[in-house]
Amino acid sequence: MKKVLLPRTLCELWRHWQDEPGAAIYAGGTDLLVQMRNAAVHPPALICLERIAELRGIETEGDGIRIGACATHAQLLESALVQQRLPILAQALAVLGSPPIRNMGTIGGNICTASPAGDTLPPLYALDAEVELCRRDGVKHMALQDFIVSPGQTRIDKGEVLTAIWVPKAEGYNLQHYEKAGQRQALAVSIASLAALLRLSAAGLVEKVRLAWGSVGPTIVTCPAAEEALVGKRLTLETLQQAAALVRQSVTPISDVRADAAYRRALAGNLLLRLLAVPR
Amino acid sequence: MIRFVLNGKEMQLDTPPDRRVVDLLREDLGLTGTKEGCGAGECGACTILVDGESRLSCLMLAAQLQGRSITTIEGLRQGTETGLHPLQEAFVECGAVQCGFCSPGMVLAAAHLLERNPDPSRMEIRAGLSGNLCRCTGYVKIVDAVEAAARKTENKPEETAPKDATP
Repeated sequence: MKKVLLPRTLCELWRHWQDEPGAAIYAGGTDLLVQMRNAAVHPPALICLERIAELRGIETEGDGIRIGACATHAQLLESALVQQRLPILAQALAVLGSPPIRNMGTIGGNICTASPAGDTLPPLYALDAEVELCRRDGVKHMALQDFIVSPGQTRIDKGEVLTAIWVPKAEGYNLQHYEKAGQRQALAVSIASLAALLRLSAAGLVEKVRLAWGSVGPTIVTCPAAEEALVGKRLTLETLQQAAALVRQSVTPISDVRADAAYRRALAGNLLLRLLAVPR
Repeated sequence: MIRFVLNGKEMQLDTPPDRRVVDLLREDLGLTGTKEGCGAGECGACTILVDGESRLSCLMLAAQLQGRSITTIEGLRQGTETGLHPLQEAFVECGAVQCGFCSPGMVLAAAHLLERNPDPSRMEIRAGLSGNLCRCTGYVKIVDAVEAAARKTENKPEETAPKDATP
């Protein structure tokens, strides 16, 4: 029998953690409890963050938006702030897991799980999100891109907990598109996904663009070369195909039960062509 | 000691805090209406309502029930005159059940959906039930049943045409 501790404040969390230094930390449990069931991990005790009110808010902070790490996907989807200011994140959340998974899983959990298929990650990379990491005696911030190292691996230190995600002011992106290709429409782990943020001028020229792919490398993949290839251009099939060719050179996909590497490579480029079909 | 409300009744249980809620319900309390399919959050058979929200009882530990109010399929009909919740009636009337294994989770997921969206389109119903797998029905009669239940609770006449017949 393992202890399961449910701190209500960060203060209580530090105290519990001191008593149970080997405890695994979880929020929604949609990843950790599956791993435990598969006997992949054997933590001596568990600390569940779901009751810590400090970790739940979604609010503007400075120019940006601060999202508590334990905000659930469903809470984020319902948030007017997310719908209005972070539509690309809302698009990704709408296809993450299933309704009960979205009622349980949290954005902080999706980040700490550090799966290349995590649906919130491509939008957060494209938005240049930062993570806020707290330990008993301090707090630090880090770019999300630096935080995630490899599948399942982050730079979180022992005694630290992810407390918030900070998303800076978006750069007037008027075309925001998230698409995931999976084996089915719901409850699917992505075969490849793309988050695309573009600012188009009145004349239809690309002024600024950020692109981030999921499931085509050990972490989320960005492709500055493809972004540069699009800047100053009109979104035509020809320009997108040129950029797609660069993307296919940049990704490093694996073959697994869902798809093989060659298919993922082709798909990563093809997802870019879909920008032509986005209503604008 | 874990205290929570189960189907309207105050409970006080001495149970291992790391016991999965699905095991607590089925094995310890004999509430076998909640099913376990995959045990990994991918099938929805173990769906319960926690403070009115659909959650998966295979991915929750007993300690997390502390202070919560839980509804399982056994408790959904409480307070109804016929002994069945309108959704359960509609599932019967529409023939939305074949083997029945997914039905408890399906009904509770639908209850969560109708609570938030009392008049959903067929596409919204499909999205709302997208976490629940059914390997028998092909889903059409399940969507019919949820639509019928929504009409019933809205007290609309039965012959009202579906809002969007083409998905």
